[in-house]
Amino acid sequence: MTAVIILTLIGVLLGLAIALTVRYFGAPVDPLAEQVAELMPGANCGACGFAGCNDYVQAMVSGKAKPGLCPSQSADALQKVCVLLGVASEGRAEKVAVVCCSGTDQYAIRRAFYNGVNDCHSAMLVAGGSKGCVYGCLGLGSCARACPFGAIEMRADHIAVVHPEICVGCGKCVTVCPRRIIKLVPKSAPVHVFCSSPEKAPVKRKVCSAACIGCRKCVKAAGENQMFINGFLASVNYENPPSADIVAVCPPKVLRTEAQPAASAASAAPAAPEAPAATTAP
Amino acid sequence: MTKKHLHFYGGVHPQESKTASGAAIVSAPLLATYVVPLQQHIGVPAKPVVAKGDKVLRGQLIGEPGGFISAAIHAPTSGTVKEIATCLGPAGNQLPAVILESDGDDLAAEPMPALDWPNASPDELKKRIAEAGIVGMGGAAFPSVVKLSPPPNKTIDTLILNGVECEPCLTADHRLMLEKPEQVITGARITARVLGVKRVIIAIEENKPDAVALLQEKAAGTEVEVRSLRVRYPQGAEKQLIYALTGRKVPSGGLPMDVGCVVQNVGTASAICEAVCEGKPLYERVTTVTGSPLVAPGNWRFRVGTPYAEAIKLAGGVKVDPVKIISGGPMMGMAVYSLDIPIMKNCSGILLLAADEVRQYESSPCIRCGRCNDTCPMGMMPGILSVQIEKERFELAEQWHVLDCIECGCCAYGCPAGRPLVQLMRRAKGEVMAARKAKAAKKA
Repeated sequence: MTAVIILTLIGVLLGLAIALTVRYFGAPVDPLAEQVAELMPGANCGACGFAGCNDYVQAMVSGKAKPGLCPSQSADALQKVCVLLGVASEGRAEKVAVVCCSGTDQYAIRRAFYNGVNDCHSAMLVAGGSKGCVYGCLGLGSCARACPFGAIEMRADHIAVVHPEICVGCGKCVTVCPRRIIKLVPKSAPVHVFCSSPEKAPVKRKVCSAACIGCRKCVKAAGENQMFINGFLASVNYENPPSADIVAVCPPKVLRTEAQPAASAASAAPAAPEAPAATTAP
Repeated sequence: MTKKHLHFYGGVHPQESKTASGAAIVSAPLLATYVVPLQQHIGVPAKPVVAKGDKVLRGQLIGEPGGFISAAIHAPTSGTVKEIATCLGPAGNQLPAVILESDGDDLAAEPMPALDWPNASPDELKKRIAEAGIVGMGGAAFPSVVKLSPPPNKTIDTLILNGVECEPCLTADHRLMLEKPEQVITGARITARVLGVKRVIIAIEENKPDAVALLQEKAAGTEVEVRSLRVRYPQGAEKQLIYALTGRKVPSGGLPMDVGCVVQNVGTASAICEAVCEGKPLYERVTTVTGSPLVAPGNWRFRVGTPYAEAIKLAGGVKVDPVKIISGGPMMGMAVYSLDIPIMKNCSGILLLAADEVRQYESSPCIRCGRCNDTCPMGMMPGILSVQIEKERFELAEQWHVLDCIECGCCAYGCPAGRPLVQLMRRAKGEVMAARKAKAAKKA
């Protein structure tokens, strides 16, 4: 019995000590900053340019930064933040990432078997990677690992696909990709060119059957200045994109609405070199 | 007389496989086309001084140095410049190149006048070395004139000639020492004169006793000393070589000149001798073409611009399909995916490996066995470094001296978990150098 009383007393005293410490020695808390912080996504992705969500909140509350730099925040939360800070709400261009390549194992040939670190940067150190096209997706997952939101799927047929419904456009994948083929585009864009090789069509086709052949059918079918062509590679003008039904004119099906690999009318890739023993790859 | 030498820390002893060491050097026959890269050296590519349609003679200048760290390129034979284009390099990148169509006559350009090297000034000799386009022929291809021009605050007192050839399978340097010993020794003495050093040591591994004996005989009476070192990979790495012969340790991040030494390959010395005494620029080199899939491995003197496919043809072609083709040796060479790559000034070997000689492995996590620490000749900790590099902690890797890694491969050679350690080190070195560059650019 005595033990219970003594322990209860100790508990009460310690509780009092904690309360008094927090009251008199506690760090000052800005109630406004706390309220704003609750409306932040808390992913600490760094897209805003600050070192995490709390850093950005401090900058906003002290007036050093404007709200709206966070791409992962919902529009609703952004509106609430603007109200709290007494700042006029600003429009925010919603962006998503797109991997501009269609070279899955079905369409892209390999020039050698790669056995090493399963990372795109490391593969680049070994004769520029094992895929025949030097502009294409290496398919080893550096972007998928870099994505803080898990929006990139590294498919088993060695191509990275961004899921636009999860992607918030933070841009981490864009800087990580060693081939620089991931682009940040407006979320509303209806079509994309899923190829990044500027080579001549016969050269491109030798290494990948899902390549933009530079035939310019899309340029002709689209309205003025809706599609660009740079040498042998077409690209979408994201400020004035064509409508989604333009995808019907593209022969290799590289101009598409979705990252789903091309269901090309052309034949699949020529036979890859014979594997000597166990396979590589993740 | 063999003096005792020091044993460097670590290293491994792979199977030597010097099957081509009995094959005398054969001069490769003339080809119809040579694809001569304008970048066969570390540094800035050479600038072409010829254009499409120009007629050139053997040894004529076709590329001038593009900067301070650069080298001249000379035509390997007489003919017409078909075009200035690009070609595939052994690292998988595209190199600027001069495509030369040979006219079959192999006429030589007027050679540079022979220099009386014992009386020529170091500057005259250096000028000749630069004009001849001499680069390090041990594999690194660093422009020799830059290496032989240390800054005035670095006093050099020892020249070491690297005849160690510690890489398994390669025998080019061995054959060169057996067949042209006087050239190697004269080249060493010329280099010593350029540097102003009195102490010259030619280092050879014990597994080449015939070369040791021959060079000792030929060097008798000169200032050149010939030393025989124990067989251990990487005895031929310059920092390990300096330690074994002089006991001096090159500081972390430093160069041999920081401890008063310059290390040069015997092939480079031989090329310097030819340039100074015969006025011949560098346009050919001895390369070992070897491997069990080949019908007749051997050593050839190839002109730069010879495609690997031709080299393999000369070796009798393959009797078994090779699974891996390496430019260089098995420890530090680069695997290539095309035989269109031309032989360059730094290509010491072309190695073919059969299916039963190559391991395709799944690497597993580090088991902390420590074998890599025991074998790393630079005294690094490859295992723990690799774990941090996998987690992309490159600043930590920088603190742990990843830039000191010489990429010798001893760590990966012995790793029981089959981890691609050298690749991880190279990744980290690339990231650290890029971060340093970005920091320097920000400051500027």
